Amino acid sequence: MTETVSGGLIRHGGRKVSDYLVFNTDHKVIGIQYLVVSFAFFIFGGLLAEAMRSHLLTPNNPILGGEVYNEMFTIHGTVMIFLWIIPAFTGLANYVVPLMLGANDMAFPKLNALSFWLLIPGAALLLLSFFIGGAGSGWTAYAPLSLQTSNGQTLWAISLQFIGFSTIFSGLNFLVTIFNMRAPGMTLTRMPLMAWAIAATSIIQILGTPVLSGALFMLILNRVLGTNFFAASAGGDPLMWQNLFWFYSHPAVYIMVLPAFGIISEVIPVFARKPIFGYRLIAVSSMAIAIAGFLVWAHHMFTSGMDPLLRVPFMITSMVIAIPTGVKIFSWLATIWGGKLRFTTSNLFALAFISMFVIGGLSGIFLASVPIDIHVQDTYFVVAHLHYVLFGGSVMAMFAGLYYWYPKITGRLLDEGWGKVHFWMTFIGFNITFLPMHVLGLEGMPRRVSSYAPEFQPLNIVATLGSFLLATGTLPFMVNSIVSLWRGKVAGANPWRALGLEWTLPSPPPIHNFPTPPTVDSDPYGYGEPKARQRLAAPSAPGGN
Amino acid sequence: MSEATPAVEHIGSEHVDNRKLGMWIFLASEVMLFSSLIAGFINMKARSPAGASDVLNVPLTAVNTFILIMSSTTVVMALAAIQDGDRKRLRNYLLATLLLGGMFFSIQMYEYRHLLGEGFTPWGSLFGAGFYTVTGFHGLHVLIGLGLCLALIVQAIQGKITAGEHMRVEVFGLYWHFVDVVWIVLFTIIYLLP
Repeated sequence: MTETVSGGLIRHGGRKVSDYLVFNTDHKVIGIQYLVVSFAFFIFGGLLAEAMRSHLLTPNNPILGGEVYNEMFTIHGTVMIFLWIIPAFTGLANYVVPLMLGANDMAFPKLNALSFWLLIPGAALLLLSFFIGGAGSGWTAYAPLSLQTSNGQTLWAISLQFIGFSTIFSGLNFLVTIFNMRAPGMTLTRMPLMAWAIAATSIIQILGTPVLSGALFMLILNRVLGTNFFAASAGGDPLMWQNLFWFYSHPAVYIMVLPAFGIISEVIPVFARKPIFGYRLIAVSSMAIAIAGFLVWAHHMFTSGMDPLLRVPFMITSMVIAIPTGVKIFSWLATIWGGKLRFTTSNLFALAFISMFVIGGLSGIFLASVPIDIHVQDTYFVVAHLHYVLFGGSVMAMFAGLYYWYPKITGRLLDEGWGKVHFWMTFIGFNITFLPMHVLGLEGMPRRVSSYAPEFQPLNIVATLGSFLLATGTLPFMVNSIVSLWRGKVAGANPWRALGLEWTLPSPPPIHNFPTPPTVDSDPYGYGEPKARQRLAAPSAPGGN
Repeated sequence: MSEATPAVEHIGSEHVDNRKLGMWIFLASEVMLFSSLIAGFINMKARSPAGASDVLNVPLTAVNTFILIMSSTTVVMALAAIQDGDRKRLRNYLLATLLLGGMFFSIQMYEYRHLLGEGFTPWGSLFGAGFYTVTGFHGLHVLIGLGLCLALIVQAIQGKITAGEHMRVEVFGLYWHFVDVVWIVLFTIIYLLP
């Protein structure tokens, strides 16, 4: 039975701290392991960013010389994508999805633990590549540069193989769990939208990542064995690297954002006290994004020398893919409309997500247009776009999810006052950092450069100052999340009065989740409807309130 | 203390066994891996001079292809055997699979040695790069399959596989058939197409 001692750590039915440090097959332990490790990498990637932003205060700063700077943006990108945002969403999904489905664990618990532990050698090799030098061709590692860099590049490629296998196995696990392990009565159309989002994400992980793996194997063999796949000087095809790389890496951005969409679909109805608008639209559009995401990759290659005629279909598909996301945005807006809004920190982050992601999406439409892309490819316009969707989008949604599910995971609420400080510093700092970059890019400042023309300095200073605010704003969250473990208000089973099976269990849940399988007769969004009122009024699980 | 009985393991809403569904999904990812490597091969071949593939021994590899297909047949027979509850036939057909698969692998190794001896190397030509990479990955998958087959033979002898519980044989069969199908695709693209 979980203990609810006020002023003490509330444990999962008697788990010891050491349970979280070893190979443990409980999805809740694995989820926490993923979240803690990935957050550490968020900090590491962020420190790299701060070093770069500080360096960029002056146009011809000698401090981070060219090669070091190149390795910094390479590792910043690689870490943020593969060791922060993807595993962080995986961890959060690991914790909550089985609970939301009424299951007692994932389909393959040992494979689940393996997926987490594969990240460790992956991360170690990545850090090693940074320290021995050589991985300085960007996270995109274009040939021929990536064939000529020193040994760190090979380690970088091997590290991504470990991490890639981790995500493939994880996606497999989620798909089987979602397909086969829902509670009795939970048809696919009664499933929480987070599960739909994770299912779509998993499909991309399973079908996309292996193509990256093939490309990485070819890169490694080219470097180590002399198989000249990408070496133009030997007749090979450098463009093939780009095609294979982006065939995965474009769908990968949907891996990074679909879970965010899932979180928003969970959070908004709760804090608007209204049923979600367009459940089926949101579910189907998630699947549409997963499939259509595989049809746009060459928009990253418009200036590569690819066949000019082929750019046209990719331009069309890249614009069309905005439609399913637009459907979601309108559905969320319609959910909020007429609702009784509660501005909890979680909800603030969710609302910020909607607006920031739309801005990022708009710059994306600009980039999809070939005539515009020709001018802004490889400039700060792209840096602005990607950070609006990945930070303004995915990271904000991640925080929305963390503030929302933290009480379920730990049994205590995060402090709302400090949460609001975190939110406003993040939101304002983020916009001051990245909004000017749209202008910098349009004015011609290239990306991935350690020095720039003097006329770009004023906006660079603005961006750097914004980044200091953004970085500092993370501190309240870090302190809050640790102190609240001991001193946060006891949450009980359902602090948000939310529907959804995870809120019927105590906080934190017992080790084996559901003592008896729950039965389900509706989707978890019926706020204001009679059945839902009854359910929320009745006492929920023993040990809860 | 709530040592609750862990609730029913597989509250399946659909009706495909978790392990079988898992293997199908895994095979989907493997299809994508091989697609990537085959694309690499096709590109390398397109950039090679005509007659680059003349060095390959088509007749020997055709026989080898037949051997691999036979090994897929023996896996089917093994599964049929244990579905009938015949553990001895299961063991024998798994042994036949191991033998035939082992023959395929050995003949491939012989081919590699011969080709390397002729100066046809992965680093010597683009066609070589593509050829050795894609067939090499296939060979690796064959080797893994042989290991799994051996493990199943041991379990069969130990009596751990029964008429009531033999999903692992079916799941292994799926993997082995996949390896076979990939080879048929590779043989067609590498050896048969001009």
